[in-house]
Amino acid sequence: MTNHCKNYKYTAETYSALGETMTDFLHIGKNVPRTAEIDKVTGRAVYIDELKRPGMLYGKILYSRYAHARIKSINTEKAKKLPGVRAVITGYDIPDVRVGFLNDQTVLKRDLVRQYRDEVAAAAAITPEIAEEALKLIEVEYEPLPGIFDPIEAMKPDAPLIHELDARGRPLRSNILPLPWKFSAGDIEKARKESAYIVTDNVTTTWINQCCMGTSGCVAEFDSNNNLTFFSQTNVIFGGKGRIATYLSNIGLKGKKIRVLNPVVGGSFGTKLDTDIYEFICIQLALKTRKPVKIKFSREEEFAALPPRQPTIFTIEQGCDKDGRLTFRKVEAILDNGAYTSWGATTPSVMMLPISSMYRVPNVSFNATCVYTNNIYSQAMRGYGNPQAAFAVETSMDSLAEAAGIDPAEFRLINRNHPGDVTPMELKITTCPLEECITTVKEKIKWDEKWGKRNGRGVGMASLIHVAGGARVYLSDGTGIRIKIDENGEVYVLSGSTDQGQGSPTVIAQIVAEATGFNPEDVNIVFGDTDIGLWDAGTHASRHTFVAGNAAIRAGEKAKTQVLELAVQYIPQMVKRALKRQKKKNPDFKEPELDYTMIDSPEKLDIKNRMIFPKEAPDHPYFRIEASQVLTGALHVGNGESKAVVAEVFWDPPTKMLNAEMKGNYSLTYAFGTTGVEVEVDRETGEVKILNLVSAHDVGRAINPALVKGQIYGAIYTGVGFGLTEQVQVVEGKVMNPNFRDYKILTANDYIPVEAVIIEDPDPSGPYGAKGIGEPGLVPTAPAIANAIYDAIGIRIRDLPITPEKVLAAIKAKEGIV
Amino acid sequence: MKKEISFTLNNETIEVEADPKWTLLYLLREVLEMTGTKEGCGAGECGACTVIVDGKAVDSCLYPVMEIEGKSVETIEGVALSDGTLHPLQQAFIENNGVQCGYCTSGMIMSAKALLDKKPDPTEAEIRLAISGNICRCTGYVQIVESVQQAVNMKK
Repeated sequence: MTNHCKNYKYTAETYSALGETMTDFLHIGKNVPRTAEIDKVTGRAVYIDELKRPGMLYGKILYSRYAHARIKSINTEKAKKLPGVRAVITGYDIPDVRVGFLNDQTVLKRDLVRQYRDEVAAAAAITPEIAEEALKLIEVEYEPLPGIFDPIEAMKPDAPLIHELDARGRPLRSNILPLPWKFSAGDIEKARKESAYIVTDNVTTTWINQCCMGTSGCVAEFDSNNNLTFFSQTNVIFGGKGRIATYLSNIGLKGKKIRVLNPVVGGSFGTKLDTDIYEFICIQLALKTRKPVKIKFSREEEFAALPPRQPTIFTIEQGCDKDGRLTFRKVEAILDNGAYTSWGATTPSVMMLPISSMYRVPNVSFNATCVYTNNIYSQAMRGYGNPQAAFAVETSMDSLAEAAGIDPAEFRLINRNHPGDVTPMELKITTCPLEECITTVKEKIKWDEKWGKRNGRGVGMASLIHVAGGARVYLSDGTGIRIKIDENGEVYVLSGSTDQGQGSPTVIAQIVAEATGFNPEDVNIVFGDTDIGLWDAGTHASRHTFVAGNAAIRAGEKAKTQVLELAVQYIPQMVKRALKRQKKKNPDFKEPELDYTMIDSPEKLDIKNRMIFPKEAPDHPYFRIEASQVLTGALHVGNGESKAVVAEVFWDPPTKMLNAEMKGNYSLTYAFGTTGVEVEVDRETGEVKILNLVSAHDVGRAINPALVKGQIYGAIYTGVGFGLTEQVQVVEGKVMNPNFRDYKILTANDYIPVEAVIIEDPDPSGPYGAKGIGEPGLVPTAPAIANAIYDAIGIRIRDLPITPEKVLAAIKAKEGIV
Repeated sequence: MKKEISFTLNNETIEVEADPKWTLLYLLREVLEMTGTKEGCGAGECGACTVIVDGKAVDSCLYPVMEIEGKSVETIEGVALSDGTLHPLQQAFIENNGVQCGYCTSGMIMSAKALLDKKPDPTEAEIRLAISGNICRCTGYVQIVESVQQAVNMKK
């Protein structure tokens, strides 16, 4: 691990964020254990699975039997009569209100189904089994219609329309979504003419299921005033609350109070960003039955009825001059949106990040087209659009390096980003140890010794840039943190953020402990409650540690100042009282001469390990006092002047939304990193074995190195799956592999030797210098593997996942055996 | 038709009326309200429901409840001592970041415990094989394997 500060100008604000000295930390940089989550190892943690409310019913959803059909009739009479059933609803039983990112669907579909997962009816019953039984008794008559499953076909001017009207009832003329994903900087035509080498590649990525181990679910409960308590796994509690408020308002429940509460969440990876249709259905069943209702997905539903990462078809063209400097990059992307729109349609806003800003490239053009089809609709997944776009950019980088006759590692070093760069997208690069990431990987993977052999073994690399200082996708990218320090010295952090397993209860505790002078074990954090927490943009975009951490430092420092102000007020009286007692007990006691000026202002005092002490005499025998004694003293005063310590800070990073040209510094800092892979390709079977994988990441500063590595390792494994094994097989709109037998995610036995290298270059804007690290590990993994395969056997596969079948077919095609 | 069965659960003798259609997981979660054992897929593919029956790690979601008659079942609830002292595996998972979202953790610890009970000093390959039926999406298994290795060292 390196530990250095590059030449960076630190402002006063910066110093506040970094603490007084940069290396003298008590809790930052330590592998504090995840004691706050002890219930996860004893089986006591309450996930949505375990959550029960008195009288709770269980909801189940009936999905469409066709990818595209007209519903001729729905008969729920038999289902309603089944003993134990409390409600059966269809689109005719609930207001015909639209929901979704583009308001392009209804909660229950009553005229037309446009995908297999379309929700047609739902039942609530006293047990999940009875609810399931009720679904079988619902009779739906369909008139099947031809479907469109290929986005290229769907884009054609004469293609039948998936949606004939938009959300406002205006006629649509095309299946292409009206989204503004066009980006242009510089002059592509001119740059093309000036390029010495140009390559053009077609690259495709596929549907990926997020595979949270805990499946989706929620509990909706209305009180007698029709106020809603909604137990939801969302990682955007205020955004989710807003969507539900809009929905309730639209169905005639305007102004009702909504409390969104998180249970323990069994993974998120993008699935909890949007409010899903099952959540609205659950709310409707709870309204109808006047009982709490739970909906909990089966694994099959999780695969077939939850939006995955969407497939993308890229065409990428890049050029460089004779010295290997990138001249331009032009990318066209077509995204299969599926039948409706969720956040998946906004992934081009993040695809733009590597396309415009990975390496120095002066001229950039990017167009993304999202197209309606009758496939399942898509949403976000860890990395957003970055892994897909990085696969296009980084495999093309290798092609271009080869065309230019330059070692691909050297090619990347030539074009690397530098601190202080402003990219064509107007991203302001602050700290950027990309050079160190590349050289570290080169060295550790033994690049110079191994690259270019074509002997069945090969090495490849790829790099990444990702938002690491928040991501302004909403008008506020803020987070509020409220800290109260109770009289016994317990520090409570009330957060509007969420934790879905990344370890925030530990990391935020470390940050608050460092900022307040208390210890991590004194800190208790309440997450995921809209009634208690201040507003938060959501635990997404690798932003939580960065944004909540910045808010936590500031709130912690305010709380600490309050404690020190109380110390100034109370320590002298406490000491004087103690001396008096001593004197009373022992008349010979000689009162010491004490210099009270060393504790007469908060600036002269500090707190460490919950002890308050004068800075000039930290071990002072009288003035060094346990903070809880001061807090207790300040509270129990008996004169109407008691004080309690509470501080809050709402912090919104000074960043910009993307403007109409899709430009703007939407994150306060960016993370870089490089992954190097060594593979062995079996020419007989087409199997790719990863012999070594090294991933070096610019994390700013590792607040908790073990947790940082945990994020990197986990993301790498998902990245290997993206590269080699994972694909939701969608055939004519139907998910054919809705289980872990046929959807291959890696197990512990698929042993991949992984080394995560933490590169520390503290960022002036980060909490104690930290950058976000939730997503980056996933981003460069697949292209690094693809590049290594090329180095091993001279075959470039640009269609993910790179299965043994594809490798073998490519080997045979190359050798002329078809 | 329900039938009475008798078995040992976390060292206590249990007698309970069970429906032969139930799985062991159903009995644990829905009847005995011991919800530490998770249902990740219901098809024996993810291992979240792993418990130990007569020393062997099994998927309780596939295990017919009638077959536990006379057997000894250990679940995550029985791993720590009754005074709350954590088992070395639990301690190690907390200390080594072997737990993230935690949904696979119960099953992961049970698979590892079944291994360590039989083989106190396993190789890394043996650990990996023992937990290969337990899927985790968060960790990449690295720190889970490290946690098991630490537990081995703690027990030495």
